Amino acid sequence: MKDFEYAAAATLDEAVSLLAARGERAKILAGGTDIIVQLREGLREADLVVDVKKIPEIMTYRFDPASGLSLGAAVPCYRIYEDGDVAAAYPALADAARIIGGWQIQSRASIGGNLCNSSPAADSIPALIALGAACKIAGPEGMRSVPVEQFCTSPGKNVLRRGELLVSIQFPPPAAKSGSHYLRFIPRNEMDIAVVGAGAWLRMQDGVIAEGRIGLAAVAPTPKLAEQASRFLAGKPASEETFRQAGELARQSASPISDMRGPAQYRLHLVGVLTRRALAKAAERAGA
Amino acid sequence: MGKKLHVTTTINGEQVEFLCEARQSLLEVLRDVLGLTGAKEGCNNGNCGACTVLFDGLPVDSCLVLGVEAEGATIQTVEGIACDGRLHPLQQCFLEGAALQCGVCTPGFLVAAKALLDKHPHATEEQIRFELSGNLCRCTGYDKIVRAVMEAAKEMTHA
Ligand SMILES: Cc1cc2nc3c(=O)[nH]c(=O)nc-3n(C[C@H](O)[C@H](O)[C@H](O)COP(=O)(O)OP(=O)(O)OC[C@H]3O[C@@H](n4cnc5c(N)ncnc54)[C@H](O)[C@@H]3O)c2cc1C
Ligand code: FES
Ligand code: FES
Repeated sequence: MKDFEYAAAATLDEAVSLLAARGERAKILAGGTDIIVQLREGLREADLVVDVKKIPEIMTYRFDPASGLSLGAAVPCYRIYEDGDVAAAYPALADAARIIGGWQIQSRASIGGNLCNSSPAADSIPALIALGAACKIAGPEGMRSVPVEQFCTSPGKNVLRRGELLVSIQFPPPAAKSGSHYLRFIPRNEMDIAVVGAGAWLRMQDGVIAEGRIGLAAVAPTPKLAEQASRFLAGKPASEETFRQAGELARQSASPISDMRGPAQYRLHLVGVLTRRALAKAAERAGA
Repeated sequence: MGKKLHVTTTINGEQVEFLCEARQSLLEVLRDVLGLTGAKEGCNNGNCGACTVLFDGLPVDSCLVLGVEAEGATIQTVEGIACDGRLHPLQQCFLEGAALQCGVCTPGFLVAAKALLDKHPHATEEQIRFELSGNLCRCTGYDKIVRAVMEAAKEMTHA
């Protein structure tokens, strides 16, 4: 690996000014499980690596049932599923955190890193989309917020501009009678990249679905919100038939490619199946 | 060669200082700078777990950590598992159960399994298989490894 300078920024301001000064030649280091591999394999290059794990806002999280969850971008996955309150309030997030790599990866890998790496197959992103999360971004012009479904722009690319970094991911407070789930299909039992991933969130009211959201991974150049399928859910009973129809609609929003993990046709089939299963489990968790 | 950075860390209970380049992984530092060759390089990309060490008590792939990130951290390697010349029950059970062939994966399995049993002394077979999914072995077929960890768990909880 080519050598680079290393700086452990202590504050957001310090990180922003380092990143603004170096632009493309600076790379952010969170858990390092993507970036170190990419630098080593020459897929990315850096003159400066900015470690953000010493910045308090980025390494901590705050959960309050009334105001929601503010998840520091570099908080490692294991802290999410080991916190019973957070895992219970945002089950789809915990599902994703539990399957990103194995234990060694989860000790370091963060949800913010997963999001900023912006892989079409990133496991946490459909869960974040389903849960209605937003990205809090710091930059030379101050703070801004972007809904997760608008964050990624193409494989490996996102809306971050020169000098910007992701500070945290903001989740709305858990609604009464709501539930969520994320699942993926992989040919192995563990430790693999999703052929397709699906996240679902549902809120029940008066015996029917009041609203729902479905996020998909590995079916388009970026993870995405299945808009039509999500809208369809409102007012429907939480039944197998509803979930099957939502799966059909989700297929229509998918535009998968064929690659070594599977042909497009197979991925389309999986979108239907996984959407149905994600919704069924989310409904069960919502107590429907 | 790049500029050398000075790092102070704790490895297997002893304070250690070393110089490294920013690009060097913790695995390279352990093996090439400090002569601790227990952790192995299998894949060098986070998939095989042969380089597993405990970083502030958590199992990590040392090929995916920079040496400079060890500043102020507490690290345990396979070299620190045996105590006063006596093998750890996991090491004894791996030996007695023939849970290794070439041995390249063994240090990683020992460190990850130790972390697992420290956290879940009564880990079930399923838990052991799940939590060790970040460690690959191309020789044994895993079964003897899992049996050895189960055996060690039994011994450690009866001791
Ligand atoms: C063996 C192995 C298995 C894996 N399994 C999975 C899996 O099952 N599912 C999956 O989705 N991924 C998987 N990954 C990929 C990776 O672990 C995840 O994407 C992880 O969440 C990345 O987080 P990190 O903290 O390690 O990110 P890093 O590698 O530190 O950073 C990732 C990218 O985001 C940028 N970045 C990080 N933090 C910020 C920030 N705060 N602001 C702006 N940019 C930032 C970095 O510059 C870099 O480009 C695996 C990787 C390995 C090595
Ligand atoms: S050498 Fe580090 S995981 Fe394989
Ligand atoms: S014994 Fe050879 S890789 Fe496991």
